[in-house]
Amino acid sequence: MAKYKITVKNYESAIYECREEQDLLGQAILARVPFSVACRSGGCGICKIKVIDGRYQRGICSKKTLPDEERENNYSLACKTYPKSDMVISVENIRR
Amino acid sequence: MVMRIGRVELRVMDMDRSIDFYTNVLGLEIVGRSKNQAYFKAWDEYDHHSLILTAADAPGLASFGLKVANNDELASLEKRVEQFGLPTKRVSKGERLGEGEYIRFELPTGHQCELYYDIERVGTKVGVLNPDPWPDNLSGIAPHRLDHIAITGEDVNHATRFFTDVLNFGQSEKIVAGENGELELASFLFAKNGGKPHDIAFVKGPNNMFNHVGFYVDSWEQVLRAADITTKNNVPSALTPQRHGITRGLTTYFFDPNGNCNEAFSHGYITYPDFPTITWTEDNFDTAMLYHYRKQPEAIVNGTV
Ligand code: FES
Ligand SMILES: [Fe+2]
Repeated sequence: MAKYKITVKNYESAIYECREEQDLLGQAILARVPFSVACRSGGCGICKIKVIDGRYQRGICSKKTLPDEERENNYSLACKTYPKSDMVISVENIRR
Repeated sequence: MVMRIGRVELRVMDMDRSIDFYTNVLGLEIVGRSKNQAYFKAWDEYDHHSLILTAADAPGLASFGLKVANNDELASLEKRVEQFGLPTKRVSKGERLGEGEYIRFELPTGHQCELYYDIERVGTKVGVLNPDPWPDNLSGIAPHRLDHIAITGEDVNHATRFFTDVLNFGQSEKIVAGENGELELASFLFAKNGGKPHDIAFVKGPNNMFNHVGFYVDSWEQVLRAADITTKNNVPSALTPQRHGITRGLTTYFFDPNGNCNEAFSHGYITYPDFPTITWTEDNFDTAMLYHYRKQPEAIVNGTV
């Protein structure tokens, strides 16, 4: 199984690894990268990311929290995003 | 008189996974399917269904229904709701499986509320003649019944007034702020015919949002078991087993496959129409909500949909 390098731009040099069958949020939590988290089901939208670089596959996400225009602009919900290459992302809701 | 919250309609994005979750993890019985809906009941409930899943492109609460004592009550409540200034609509029998005619209106908080009496009765597997205490072949958490919902709205005081003045609910508890404690931050409302500490909880927040739906299990052991079952099935947890200050109920929270938060809820006192309302002050908000944890769980706060 391919394993990819995920770089989180707005956390200083946070880099973690994620396989293509794993979601970006779950592995970030394991790596102690401080994402905001709630439903882990593509519903609440709290784990929103912007994909700056890289390819990915997306599972079912709420159209209310991730509307079409955001999808077109490469936003996604980390709990339903599965990498297909190394990725560079930024998180929308920085966790305090 | 409203007897209880009788049904909840949730929006789901993934119908197949949701049916699997509500059947095998939560452990309800599927009683019907239509093209874009699935219907469920808990094993201890007599009516055709208490949960409807409706296909949608986002999660949340589509509607909830309050069961009243008879059709005369339905007509008189319809009038009272209209007099309060909320336009009502009669929905005819056959719109949904198992249901008769019902009344629908929008609450001041934006939620869709229904009043009904007619619904098919399908009974329980143990029956009403010399019944066993529980049926065989239950799966998952297998709660006794739908218990309550928690929803958010901007004006909790106004929501309380509607439920107490128009629908004749009681208020078991409230959390208040302001100099004289006049601003309600949360309000726990119960159908006086029932005796549960709450059928509906309002928490101050954005209008027309859904916090969670609670299902009743009958011991602390069963709450722990519910949390075991969610972990075994890799279900996202929102909060591990705990006690509520309000209701004194025992609880654990988790998410369905679409991000709708569910609660396995147990205990809680019995309340009566002549009981006083219990008041919690703003500085005790966290203790009131979760007596041990004493903070707002990130998942439950962020998980409102
Ligand atoms: S955590 Fe809720 S959408 Fe990802
Ligand atoms: Fe609850």
